Amino acid sequence: MELFFLSIINGLIQGGFFALFAVGLVLIFGVMGVVNFAHGELVMVGAYTIWLVHAQHGVAYIPTLILAILVVTGVGLLMERFLFRPTRNDPLAGLICSIGVLFILQVIATLVGGEGPSKQVPPPFHGTLVLFEFLRIPYQRLFGLGISVLALATLWYFLTRTRLGWALRAVALDREAAALQGINITRISVIAIGVGAALAGLAGGLMAPLTNINPHMGHNVIITAFIVTIVGGVGSLSGAVYAAVLYALFHTFVTVYFGGTVATICGLILMVVVLIVRPTGIMGVRVSE
Amino acid sequence: MKENWPKIVGFLLLLAAVLAVPHFLQFHHQDLLIFLVINVLVVTSYRLVTLTGEWSLIHAVMMGVGGYTATLLFRGFELGMWFTLPLAGLVAAAIAALLCFPLFRMTQFYFLIGSFAAGEAIRLCWIEFIIPFGGTGGLSGVEPPFVFDIDFLEPIPYYYLTLAIVGLCLLILYRIENSRIGLTLHSVHWKAPLAESVGVDTWRYRALAFIVGSFFVGVAGGLKVHYLGTINPNQFGIGFMVFILIWVIVGGYNRFYGPILGVVVLTLFDESIRQFEEFRPAIYGAVLILSILFLPKGLESIPARLRSWAGGGSDREKGKLTDG
Repeated sequence: MELFFLSIINGLIQGGFFALFAVGLVLIFGVMGVVNFAHGELVMVGAYTIWLVHAQHGVAYIPTLILAILVVTGVGLLMERFLFRPTRNDPLAGLICSIGVLFILQVIATLVGGEGPSKQVPPPFHGTLVLFEFLRIPYQRLFGLGISVLALATLWYFLTRTRLGWALRAVALDREAAALQGINITRISVIAIGVGAALAGLAGGLMAPLTNINPHMGHNVIITAFIVTIVGGVGSLSGAVYAAVLYALFHTFVTVYFGGTVATICGLILMVVVLIVRPTGIMGVRVSE
Repeated sequence: MKENWPKIVGFLLLLAAVLAVPHFLQFHHQDLLIFLVINVLVVTSYRLVTLTGEWSLIHAVMMGVGGYTATLLFRGFELGMWFTLPLAGLVAAAIAALLCFPLFRMTQFYFLIGSFAAGEAIRLCWIEFIIPFGGTGGLSGVEPPFVFDIDFLEPIPYYYLTLAIVGLCLLILYRIENSRIGLTLHSVHWKAPLAESVGVDTWRYRALAFIVGSFFVGVAGGLKVHYLGTINPNQFGIGFMVFILIWVIVGGYNRFYGPILGVVVLTLFDESIRQFEEFRPAIYGAVLILSILFLPKGLESIPARLRSWAGGGSDREKGKLTDG
């Protein structure tokens, strides 16, 4: 019973992280039409920033978290300016460029952190919240969940309640029509990738104390992000959030009872099934190609 | 007939060079040469799949399917290479045929992600099911054939054997591409609605290209495992798939010889940067990005570019990987 409740809580917390990077991926794909294969590496860069600045050099956790967001946003903006903007008319070219970035970031991470075992960051928040005898949540995880929810709520407010957010959604729906309305596509693309990368950096920073940090950690992140994106419906942000939480619960439970690899296999099969049965995902609407 | 002479002479010179080259190399380089020839088959078969305009991310895993098939047949039934190779191809083709039903309901981005997911699921099965696949450590103990007095464990005989098999496969692939089927595949890529309107079943041709491409990459997987002797799931991960993409894109995929050029040039390049071991992925990443940005049609477009540049700059075609 204790394991059951613990799994639910852990699943929800995982779901928060999954949602952060999946929403970023959806945002970039929706607005720019580019599948950012290096999105997992953006999360990795966020986690490495925490490891390097917080764990190695003793800077406090919260400022480092902000620094991680800024660093990853910077990387994202550089990618937009030098890779995605020149290849704007060709989505596959953008995807392949992002694969190039993936390799480069992995090598930089290896150079910064060195080869060898995965790095661990000691949790900056100690103690455990005891809700019931059978339900204890470390404050670190609670903090991660709280910040994820806060960030997603802010994003929701931005997208649905501000003019810039409307403009962004307009570009995602129909780029040419949006341009005809006088929306600056380049500016919106910069904002989309900036927000997407910032969320990835935040996810990396929040996950850092809870996971193993290594140059190849982005691989699992991108697979998860793909599954969540497809199941939620490509281009649907709310779908990505729901799918993230559902998939995280599913993944946590299968991992607890059958192991991590089986969980990922099931997730991938689930994704292929969704692609066949309902290619628009659980929340998706059919958009013209 | 007359204008064919330079081509024939060129081909014979190339053949002579290819036959002579292993005798001038060290042992380590002879190994690499064999893998290079196998990779030529990998990229050429991948080109057949991309002819219809769909970029799959499952090709590396299909090579693994061939490799595992050959391994299991060799270890389980003691079948020789002459049987395992065609069977490796057939099993890869059969799995590809099964995957056609889900995968070809999608196009473009969805197909890319779907093929990636399907491939990753297969690869994770090799990791998860230790019996019979051996888990992360993989399997070993596969041997090359021993015919008459020729020991194919030696690199040079195995090189000639590989060369012969790959050459035969390339010939078949070339004939397919220049046949009526190949032309139809092109039409499915560039003008799918038009092709459909004249009665071409585009689904069937996409599936055909995928199945045939998987057959040949399965054979390549068999060839690799019979020389290497061991197999493990990490050989066929997304890393290797990306290498295939890099070879094809840097070489250029508009012509038959483009991907071959890409794999040969980049393998030579790879050898020249061997001392920067830890930087190699980053160098590859940079090469990939630079070639997309500045040479979108690949190395094979350089002669045409030079010609148009020398001839007073006729309008250069802007390269584009997808249409739409």
